[in-house]
Amino acid sequence: MSDDILRLVGVTQQYGEGETSVSALSGVDLAVARGELVAIMGASGSGKSTLLSIAGGLQTPTSGEVVVEGRFLSTASARDLAQLRRRSLGFVFQDFNLIPTLTALENVMLPLELDGFRARAARRAAQEALASVGLEAKDASYPDDLSGGQQQRVAIARAVVGGRRLILADEPTGALDSITGEAVMRMLRTRIDQGAGGILVTHEARHAAWADRIVFLRDGRIVDESRRTDADELLSGTR
Amino acid sequence: MSVRLSLLAILDQGPCYGYQLRAEFDRRTGSTWPLNVGQIYNTLDRLERDGLVEKGAIDEQGHVYWQITDAGRAEVAAWLRAPVERSSGTRDELAIKLAVAATLPGVDVAEVIQAQRRASVAQLQSLNRAKYAGNGPDGPEELAWSLVVDSMIFAAEAEVRWLDHTEQRLAQHPQHAMALALSTEKPKRGRPAKTEARA
Repeated sequence: MSDDILRLVGVTQQYGEGETSVSALSGVDLAVARGELVAIMGASGSGKSTLLSIAGGLQTPTSGEVVVEGRFLSTASARDLAQLRRRSLGFVFQDFNLIPTLTALENVMLPLELDGFRARAARRAAQEALASVGLEAKDASYPDDLSGGQQQRVAIARAVVGGRRLILADEPTGALDSITGEAVMRMLRTRIDQGAGGILVTHEARHAAWADRIVFLRDGRIVDESRRTDADELLSGTR
Repeated sequence: MSVRLSLLAILDQGPCYGYQLRAEFDRRTGSTWPLNVGQIYNTLDRLERDGLVEKGAIDEQGHVYWQITDAGRAEVAAWLRAPVERSSGTRDELAIKLAVAATLPGVDVAEVIQAQRRASVAQLQSLNRAKYAGNGPDGPEELAWSLVVDSMIFAAEAEVRWLDHTEQRLAQHPQHAMALALSTEKPKRGRPAKTEARA
């Protein structure tokens, strides 16, 4: 258990009340360990995005517990939650969500500065993070001057800067061509292998397959899982 | 078919002896389609019979160098120009299985679909892992291997997309899913009778 960066226990999310209420998630249990990437697959409306925003503390579930690095979000104050989001969580979105008036380096520094880092320390950490995604030479470029793949790499650097250990990615390859998408997934995988944990929401099986475990959601429930061990058996069967 | 023409296309680059030809084929396909030397010689014999290659020089080690003929060159050019023909018709095992499953009362097709999806995704995971273990497609031989693995990855992905599509289609139109009990009508033996004969 101690190795779990994230745990969801019996998470239920309902919208509306009484007979007209709709369950977006029903009793979802999920754990993400250090060094583990879990992909969530499911049709539109299956609850993928709701699950991600609950895991990231952006949304409070109707019932159930979310535990990030041992901290129960239900009992955290608004201030603690904000701090947790700044220090422990990194988000990667389909459309990159970089601030256009800031350079690549400034975008990566931003969460650290919000967290009260001194400018010099924030700069150093951001430079390291940019270097880890191979973009040290682009630190002074503005998002508009970068390709889609480069922007997403900046977003990954921003998601992991300052030792964040939980990466939440929502269709991170959705706006990229297949070759660039693969490069971004390879990079995300490398970050996870270095000790982060992550959730990847995607409808593309090709990208989901970079995960250690693939969880299938249908109508807000986990209906099945595909594990690395399934892949291991497959590999041993074919060799 | 593609092995025969691939070997011929390699010979179009210059004469090779049998082992060399096998090594060239392996190198260009990332060893994803292992051939034994017997297959190589059988193929060369057939190519020679068809006038597409001929035996050339023999080196001091006794290697027989096979070389392509003009007819062989024309065959290679035609092969590269022509699309690969896939088997047509609806003989896909999975499509038939799902079509039948959708007509069986009491069978949850969504479960049948999910079982397949889990297997296809696990296959994708193993392909991705094999690819991730490599150093990225930089060298020519890594690239050859990646091309073949990518074709398997995209085929598996297409299957998963088709499964998603099928599942949604069935879910959106449950009234159209035919739950067919066995028909009580006896099928006629033999050929359908002519209308005249019935009248």
